[in-house]
Amino acid sequence: MELVKTAAAGTLESSDVMVTLGPGNAGIEIELTSTVEKQFGKQIRKVVEETVCKANVKNVRIQLNDRGALDCTIRARVEAALYRAAGSTDYKWGE
Amino acid sequence: MALVRERLRRTMMFVPGNNPGLMRDAHIFGADSLMFDLEDSVKATEKDAARFLVYHALTTIDYGGVEKVVRVNPLSSGHGRADIEAMVKAGADVIRLPKSETAEDVVEADRLIGEFEEKYGLQKGSVGMMAAIESGLGIINAYEIASASPRLIGMAIGAEDYVADLKTTRSPEGFELSFARGMIINAARAAGIAALDTVYSDVNNEEGFKNEVRLIKQLGFDGKSVINPRQIRPVIEIYTPSEKEINHALGVIGAIREANEKGLGVIAYNGKMVDKPVVDRAERILMLAKAAGIPLAGTDGGGKE
Repeated sequence: MELVKTAAAGTLESSDVMVTLGPGNAGIEIELTSTVEKQFGKQIRKVVEETVCKANVKNVRIQLNDRGALDCTIRARVEAALYRAAGSTDYKWGE
Repeated sequence: MALVRERLRRTMMFVPGNNPGLMRDAHIFGADSLMFDLEDSVKATEKDAARFLVYHALTTIDYGGVEKVVRVNPLSSGHGRADIEAMVKAGADVIRLPKSETAEDVVEADRLIGEFEEKYGLQKGSVGMMAAIESGLGIINAYEIASASPRLIGMAIGAEDYVADLKTTRSPEGFELSFARGMIINAARAAGIAALDTVYSDVNNEEGFKNEVRLIKQLGFDGKSVINPRQIRPVIEIYTPSEKEINHALGVIGAIREANEKGLGVIAYNGKMVDKPVVDRAERILMLAKAAGIPLAGTDGGGKE
């Protein structure tokens, strides 16, 4: 998947995460702000990296403003933002 | 996963598809079914995000024995096809079609669900469907819609759009819904599927809500769509049989058992003949009692002539 623009997904509501991402040039660059960073920062970064790798994106700059989102919510928001940034609706479910 | 046609559907709780906070705990309030909504509660610009969110919730969160229904967008909207594909893959039990007006609407969705069952290696016919009727045309075609696909497990009335189509508004008594409710319940029964009533939007009017639940229970509806966890308990209470009803039902079932053991053909209980409708009603009462957590052991289970 090739990112062509900056895109966002999610909200700043409790249990959600606001994801803003766009094309990068230094691998997967994550900037995380989280209400639970101390406890879950490592896990959140792991989930984000997995999701980006699964989408076959090599270079991306990602900002996350997390409000205690579950892993499945983080995956959903990152994927939505990736497809939006790629301008793609060719969804690959379960791959 | 196999299609479950018959099950309790006293309450079907709406869960807005783009709200992760509500999605996380939706199953803990005691609803029989959860209806994740990709349609009216989701803004046009957020349809994709809601689809990802519900997809990942369904594939990750263990909702226990609660039935997972997803209301998709109409196929004519441009979102419906992608919604159906994602939700079939995610393992939704039932796809709920909004604004069904003709049998063709159901047939087209049935075909798409079949296509995606095959694509993702699911058992053919394992994903169920519900049709929501929200217009005069849909009500007039109710039986045709209800019998349009073997996947259909139920049909529902969506009153807000329906009354707008009739050029009226909803009243506390619900007179304007009489014909539609009559059509839905008869079409559903004729087709052998469940009938679900519409939402009651005024969450703070508990008495008005209870009156409506009593009405739809008396009409024969299997249950009601609810929009707030606070509405679940009153529905369960109204649908829970009384002690007298339970004792009678146990007596009927006991009489049947005794007659079968003795090889008797004609069965009576408390001086009244027990025929199939009486047995069906007794079985449903015991199912509702069991679902409400009422212990059935120790009550009068013996048959009486």
